Amino acid sequence: MNSPTSSAGSRAALYAASFWGIWLRDSHVLRASAFTFITRVLMQPLFFVFVFAYVFPKIGREVRASDDVGFATILTPGLVAFAVMFQGINLVAFPLVNEISATREIEDRVMAPLPTTALALEKLLFGAFQGLIAALIVFPLLYFVPVAEVEVHIESWPLLTAVLLLSTTTAGAAGLAIGTAMKPNQIPLVVSVITLPVIFLGCVFYPWQELAAVPWLQVVVLANPLVYVSEGLRAGLTPQLPHLLPWVSICALTIATAILGAIGVRGLRNRVLD
Amino acid sequence: MSLAVHADKLSKVYPGPEPVTAVDGIDLEVPEGAIFGLLGPNGAGKTTTVGMCTTRVVPSSGRVTVTGLDVTEDPPMVRKRIGVVSQFNTLDRSCTVFDNVAFHCRYFGMGARPAKRRAGELLESFGLSDKASAMPETLSGGMAQRLLIVRAVAHYPELLFLDEPSAGLDPQSRIALWDVLLELHRSGTTIVLTTHYMEEADRLCQRIAIIDFGKILVCDTPEALKQQVSAETVVELKLQQPSEEVARPLRELPGVLRVELGDGVLRLFMRERDGLLPRVVEVAQPAGLRDISISEPTLETVFITLTGRALRE
Repeated sequence: MNSPTSSAGSRAALYAASFWGIWLRDSHVLRASAFTFITRVLMQPLFFVFVFAYVFPKIGREVRASDDVGFATILTPGLVAFAVMFQGINLVAFPLVNEISATREIEDRVMAPLPTTALALEKLLFGAFQGLIAALIVFPLLYFVPVAEVEVHIESWPLLTAVLLLSTTTAGAAGLAIGTAMKPNQIPLVVSVITLPVIFLGCVFYPWQELAAVPWLQVVVLANPLVYVSEGLRAGLTPQLPHLLPWVSICALTIATAILGAIGVRGLRNRVLD
Repeated sequence: MSLAVHADKLSKVYPGPEPVTAVDGIDLEVPEGAIFGLLGPNGAGKTTTVGMCTTRVVPSSGRVTVTGLDVTEDPPMVRKRIGVVSQFNTLDRSCTVFDNVAFHCRYFGMGARPAKRRAGELLESFGLSDKASAMPETLSGGMAQRLLIVRAVAHYPELLFLDEPSAGLDPQSRIALWDVLLELHRSGTTIVLTTHYMEEADRLCQRIAIIDFGKILVCDTPEALKQQVSAETVVELKLQQPSEEVARPLRELPGVLRVELGDGVLRLFMRERDGLLPRVVEVAQPAGLRDISISEPTLETVFITLTGRALRE
């Protein structure tokens, strides 16, 4: 008979091994579909930056921010935020909807010897990991495509790191929450009702402060987690631009991860347990 | 005798405006090392019962232990000891046949090399080696089913649950599946399966529980079940002129329970046929006996006797 400590230890080791096995599976699938992943992550930011920061200046329609900062510089943190957040919905939530409802492929992992909460956390953290990769592959594109120079000044690496990590966990949690709440036939609805408002009202294309011109909108968008991702990354990458106080973004992203994560964990439990 | 599964007044009620009682206070004892069948029509509560045993359905009341562990108290440890093949093809479509098994082993804590070795050995012994690098979509129904079983037993479970394993399989694959299950049983795995095929239950199971409307009607060995409900051997005589005159002396033979007159045939229901058959032939001969067919008592007759209904597909 094992002593309580050693059996608690072997249990923790079993859960950890099981978690790691599932992580390895997800990494394997990500590697196998690397081309698709990169294409899906890059295409939308590429077209936004190409049209707004390359085509517009070329045809003499350059959008300029009020204090004469290049639009490309405003777009850079915004589109990194966009890439992080949208891989969370497109590449975490949508496959998860299918795995749970349509193909039931998740079954084998649900039956793995670890608590369902741990399985949900694996999904969340792997989504965060994908978000980090998305940020890293989108950034150079945003830096080199625009006609005008992009002015990135990283003043605080710890701040940038914290914002980036919390942004990716928020995206992973959002993916988990949406993926466990929706059924396959609701995916088009998610795109219209969640994806579009979140992008266009996510302070991707403008700093939050400039919304002061439309006060009601400035308040409403505070419910959108993408605002804090964009504003947090603005504080980290382009601190010369107006941005929310870094601690506000960091707190908001922590709360968003916690709330969306809790919804997602509950969602997965509800979907796989009767 | 230790029990692999022990259910005690196990119930599942799905709440709603009209609550549905899927499983209604069942008691179940599956001995270790057995092949145990839950037999019943669709909607009888078989899948819900298996769901409760495999940590996927939370019981509304009652208790179930699997290999001595309470399933609601320690689901991960229960999952470690069981293998489950559900009704659906849940193969991981993003991974090859080999990786489906190898990653499964990793989920259960095996190291990289043992996982690969185990996957290779299993695919070899179940005749799937040449499909190792194929994607699961390319497998036939029978092969996919075999791979699901291979995957479910890859972590050496003590107990294997299969929910309607032969549904949707062609007859040949069904027989191949039975061979696989019998082989697993010989190697010491306890097997619990649900089915609505009488023949499957009869061929494979040492014990059968007949379940309908969420209740277990009877639970015993197939032979005992057939005797217990006085299931009958049916002898069908094709006669040139079947008539009441021929039926009467047959009815009077000892051991014949009743005789029905049909279209060109006489149907005799008998408790046993030993020694009776020559006399039946003797009596029927003058009426122009052309053919004779005998059906042994089957679980189908047991089920009909118990429920008054045939098993619906």
